[in-house]
Amino acid sequence: MPKKLIDTSGLSCPQPVLLVKQAVEAGDKDLDIIVDTEVARENVGKFLKKAGLDYQEEEDGLQYHLLTK
Amino acid sequence: MKQSRVIILTGVVIGFSGALLMALGNPANMGICLACFWRDVAGGLGLHRAGVVQNIRLEIVGFIIGAFLIANLVKGEYKVQSGSSPFTRFFLGATMMIGALVFLGCPWRMVLRLSGGDWTAISGLFGFIAGIYVATQFLKKGFSLGRASTERDTKGYLFPAIAVGLLLLRIINPEFIFLSETGPGSQFAPLWITLIIGLIIGGLAQRSRICSAGAIRDIILVRDFDLFKGMVAIIVVATGTNIALGQFNPGFTGQAVAHTDYLWNFLGMFVVGISAIMLGGCPLRQTILAGEGNIDSVIAVFGMLFGAAISHNFQLAGSPNGVGFNGRAATIGLIIALFILAWVNITKNNQEIATKRREASSNA
Repeated sequence: MPKKLIDTSGLSCPQPVLLVKQAVEAGDKDLDIIVDTEVARENVGKFLKKAGLDYQEEEDGLQYHLLTK
Repeated sequence: MKQSRVIILTGVVIGFSGALLMALGNPANMGICLACFWRDVAGGLGLHRAGVVQNIRLEIVGFIIGAFLIANLVKGEYKVQSGSSPFTRFFLGATMMIGALVFLGCPWRMVLRLSGGDWTAISGLFGFIAGIYVATQFLKKGFSLGRASTERDTKGYLFPAIAVGLLLLRIINPEFIFLSETGPGSQFAPLWITLIIGLIIGGLAQRSRICSAGAIRDIILVRDFDLFKGMVAIIVVATGTNIALGQFNPGFTGQAVAHTDYLWNFLGMFVVGISAIMLGGCPLRQTILAGEGNIDSVIAVFGMLFGAAISHNFQLAGSPNGVGFNGRAATIGLIIALFILAWVNITKNNQEIATKRREASSNA
């Protein structure tokens, strides 16, 4: 199954975290999250750790992909 | 350093500076107040003619330049983004300011008022929390102002350049610039100290992302207490410093630049709470974001300047005598307007429309 894509680019606080939280609560744990600010990268990362999800980061031009596994 | 430690450090510095600036000449419990300072800047530029609150405050200049410099020193931090509902953000900046001036202070001044023993601010705190709670419900239902897009770095230099312009205007003091001779606007700490403290807080606030609205929002939405630690640090350090400096005057009466219309303190900060969450940050956070390249926050800040100007031109702002008819009518009208705005911007389609447009433009 492909990863569920959550594109948070250009969204202001706290929408990136909220979108990820809503996806995780809906049972989606295999995620490809696009973040394009350092704040979103920190906050989404912090949330994933708290939710017990491991993830890796891939730099992609002006943005990052946070990939859960 | 761990992020939560940076937040606490920022809170310690803001709390200490708030009490220190008051001891050095700033108005009572107004060591730091983003609403008061931007209102004073609006007056200094002659956008309103309330003679007692006109002063181009250099703390503001410091916040902007400090955030700009630090963001440019750390990889990835300086980022120019714009285009997320600019006019709605302008309007929300104005509502946030009008609400704050009904109460008489931004959320950080609210906290500093409490730290100085001004218990009249308590109802404002409840109103602020209530506004944030209501707005988090909007967020859960899908409230969004849509996406911003990334632009070239140099586009973000205009706002810090304006801040340098404000610095020059304050120092050169040409005849078209206003400076209060009496009242809160005439009370200020030595300029070089206000500038240096502004720069330090601006840099720290950029690194820590400290935000009064985010502090309470994060607890409600994601049970995250990191930003709240900054608020607690401010209260603890400011209260301690105020006691040490003999500035702690506990009571419900006779508080400086405050009033005892508790309902309107509550509702004024209710407006601030909703506006701040819709914008994604409190007045300080908007000012810092504006410095680090967020053009949408620049627009919110200019909305705050506009809100400050009409607050005084239309006599909406509170005064030590309380809140007049105009201020009460405006507060009620703005609460209705905010609920309508929330309804308009709660749509799943919003984000999809923005995504499609962006894809269309990147293909073109």
